[in-house]
Amino acid sequence: MAACDSKKFDRRFVLQAAGLGSVLAAASFAYPIRASANTDAAYPADAFKQKGEAEAVKKLFGQAAVASDKVKLDAPEIAENGAVVPISVSTDLPDVTSIAILVAENPSALAALYKFAPGTPPSVASRLKMAKTTPVIAVVEAGGKLYSATKEVKVTVGGCGG
Amino acid sequence: MPSTIRVRASAGAEQTDVQSLIQHPMDSGYVKDAKGELIPAHYIETVTFEHGGKVVFTAFWGPAVSKDPYLKFKFSGGKKGDDLKVTWTDNLGKTDSSVSKLG
Repeated sequence: MAACDSKKFDRRFVLQAAGLGSVLAAASFAYPIRASANTDAAYPADAFKQKGEAEAVKKLFGQAAVASDKVKLDAPEIAENGAVVPISVSTDLPDVTSIAILVAENPSALAALYKFAPGTPPSVASRLKMAKTTPVIAVVEAGGKLYSATKEVKVTVGGCGG
Repeated sequence: MPSTIRVRASAGAEQTDVQSLIQHPMDSGYVKDAKGELIPAHYIETVTFEHGGKVVFTAFWGPAVSKDPYLKFKFSGGKKGDDLKVTWTDNLGKTDSSVSKLG
């Protein structure tokens, strides 16, 4: 499917319907939910607006996370360039539905939320921007419970400057 | 327009490894340009990966994700030659998608 202008539509709808017509709204709405309700969730705009990490986690999951050594958070101890900090998270916990990554000192703590379909192994790697030296928190939702790991990343040059 | 999405996916015996690179400015809305004016926020909000008509993995991103975002994950199943569809949508409503074959 080529790039298309979607201003007239709700973004989520455009994703699901992939540019079909609004006539098909009902049909396209029903199908992906049956296929995988979890990975088809709406963009959590409210959670991304929260300043603090605890508020963002609460907004996302409605509960607080418990620290667990089963959550593996891989982040550099020192990041020379805060604009590109490689972060990876994986876990042995069963029934993982989501992994959230939060950067405590950023203007908004929540950086990314990943949703896993049943059977998709809970492991993800990406790169984040960090304003300054900060704790990075990985929160794993597994079987309806929350587990977390925290690691401090020292940032030499902030990635939100200008 | 060339695709903004580059995907490398290789199907193993049990899992398929996926790496993707998307061209996108990922402007946070906090950075000023040379004239001292704020560059408006422009970042990808949602990326979905579909295999066999099912969404296997969804990424929700805020402005803290780095420019030209890189992503690596795995999913179960998937055979060589299968289609993997990647779709992204950003906060301005722009969207792009691509279909690539598992290698």
